[in-house]
Amino acid sequence: MNKILKIAARNLLRYQRRTLLTTLLITIGVTAMLLFVSTSGSFKTMMVGQITDSMLGHFQIHRKGYVSSIDSLPLTMNMKPQMVDKVESILAKHGEVEAWSPRIKLGAMFSNFAETTNIRLNGVDPEKEVEACPELPKRIIAGNKEKLIERGKILIPELIAKGMKVKPGDAVVLVATNKDGSVNGINFVIQGVLEGISGPGGRDGYMHIDDARELLRMEDNEISEIAIRLKNPENLKHVLQDFKENLSQLKNQQGKAAFEVHGWDKLSPFANIANMIDLMTLFIKVMLVSIVLISVMNVMIMAVYERIREIGTISAMGTQPGTILKLFITEGLLLGIVGAFIGSLISIAIVFGLQQAEFSFSFGRQSGLVLYPELAIKDILVASIMVIVVAVLASLQPAWKASRMDPITALRHV
Amino acid sequence: MSLVHANNISKTYCAGDVEVNAIKEVDFAIEPASFVSFVGPSGSGKSTLLNMIGCLDFPSSGTLEVAGTEVRHLDRKAAARFRGENIGFIFQDFNLIPVLTVEENIEYPLLMVQDWTAAKRQERIKELLDEVDISAQAKKYPHQLSGGQKQRVAVARALATHAKLILADEPTANLDHDTAYRIIDLMKKMRDDYKSTFIFSTHDPKIMDAAEIIYTLEDGKLNKQSGSSNHE
Repeated sequence: MNKILKIAARNLLRYQRRTLLTTLLITIGVTAMLLFVSTSGSFKTMMVGQITDSMLGHFQIHRKGYVSSIDSLPLTMNMKPQMVDKVESILAKHGEVEAWSPRIKLGAMFSNFAETTNIRLNGVDPEKEVEACPELPKRIIAGNKEKLIERGKILIPELIAKGMKVKPGDAVVLVATNKDGSVNGINFVIQGVLEGISGPGGRDGYMHIDDARELLRMEDNEISEIAIRLKNPENLKHVLQDFKENLSQLKNQQGKAAFEVHGWDKLSPFANIANMIDLMTLFIKVMLVSIVLISVMNVMIMAVYERIREIGTISAMGTQPGTILKLFITEGLLLGIVGAFIGSLISIAIVFGLQQAEFSFSFGRQSGLVLYPELAIKDILVASIMVIVVAVLASLQPAWKASRMDPITALRHV
Repeated sequence: MSLVHANNISKTYCAGDVEVNAIKEVDFAIEPASFVSFVGPSGSGKSTLLNMIGCLDFPSSGTLEVAGTEVRHLDRKAAARFRGENIGFIFQDFNLIPVLTVEENIEYPLLMVQDWTAAKRQERIKELLDEVDISAQAKKYPHQLSGGQKQRVAVARALATHAKLILADEPTANLDHDTAYRIIDLMKKMRDDYKSTFIFSTHDPKIMDAAEIIYTLEDGKLNKQSGSSNHE
């Protein structure tokens, strides 16, 4: 193989400018792709992490039909205590589950004694909530950050704090209607203000789950949802499948499935943006493949055309068609390897530069998000292997043509 | 036993709708270690005959044995293997590989066709470089050589694998007379040293006189005549 590599490398160096241009094209393609993958991927990972770690968890379990009515936060579709016990026993047995947090979701009137507005609230057990959504405390931008939520206090979203001109320590009144239609009001103290994030629930307030039960005058320990955190989010797909299968065996009184299970991507519209990013990544990959395919094929077709007599000569000397095929494929392979290598090096350098520069950007209502692109070895390997394989494929047709050439015709070529 | 034995071979080409009989029912036999010339005007069929002897082309009819093998029905791979094992080529335009140095050009068939060990290759290259008197140019590339030097390299390359048969199609056509004679002398010396058979085509009367056996081709028909030199 060394002998073929040596001759192929020298043949590439024979046409230095052409080889340089082709390598440059491949390098630019690889660099563009890796930069896009690293920046968009980091943005996606950051946003998904923010959504799952500070709001939704990796997946949620609701009573069947709850999610389709979630806008009205229906208290009549809460899960009964005995149903919750069954679900929690399944959660406790599953090895992939790290933590879960039961929640009561409710809508209420929020009054500062001068003005009134609507507020959506999550009644949570603070310890369990922090285990399921460990980044939630980091969203507290004003007030006490030591404990997520204490009895008699609430966390309110930034928008309401600004709109209602309230701050931590202020007294407010929450008025809620329970599932029977009766109204109850309780005084609370604002413990802190939460930074809003994109997506549903991103502008919800938080209160202690026992306060929520008291406000809603719940006699049983009903809950609206369970947010679950996994040990490894990569396994979400098959864990979801497990839970769908396990929970489908739990039936309601009508004999139908009592629960529904949704991954974070089905609960947040950011999943569409994430899908769009994946689609754009695919599109960029297709462009890269096209660049490599066309440039390598072009250069190899030219190489074969210009070396027809040489092909005739080596063929006359007894070089096997397979060896001639390998000679030309190796040229394409080398172009791919060099382009992928240089492109990867440049990408690593640029990504390192971007990490040092710490560019910030805004997304939706969120500002000051820091761009921290990361380049995984997997991404570099995927791009490099893809480029090398395509470069070899692009060389196949010209190499095949060279190997099948009639030596007499080739030797007569002027 | 003859090294090349042609029995009633013909070669017919189709040029569009027209059939062209390039070689017509030719018989000849060439003994080992001969120094043979095919002469004739352009289009007489010299190159076609050399191509068939070199297994680059095959007769339309008749039988052609080269080095004891009936070559007419060899497929592409078998023909390449046969050429690599038995035949060396010298071309009018030298046809050296431009990206390889002189010694690498000589090494090419040993490495890419016959897979000799590095030590044996180096020994053979040194021997041939000395034989064709081009050792000083060993590290040079073809574009750094004169025409005569290039053809010396081509002769060395053709002989590298101890080919039984060396075919040279107009080997002196691109050389001045003095250089042409020197190349013919070199080829003869190589024949004497290595006992390879040299068959070359030419239309230069002075060069053809150097052959020991001359075959004249005219309109695809072959006539044999003795050459002026003696083969001992």
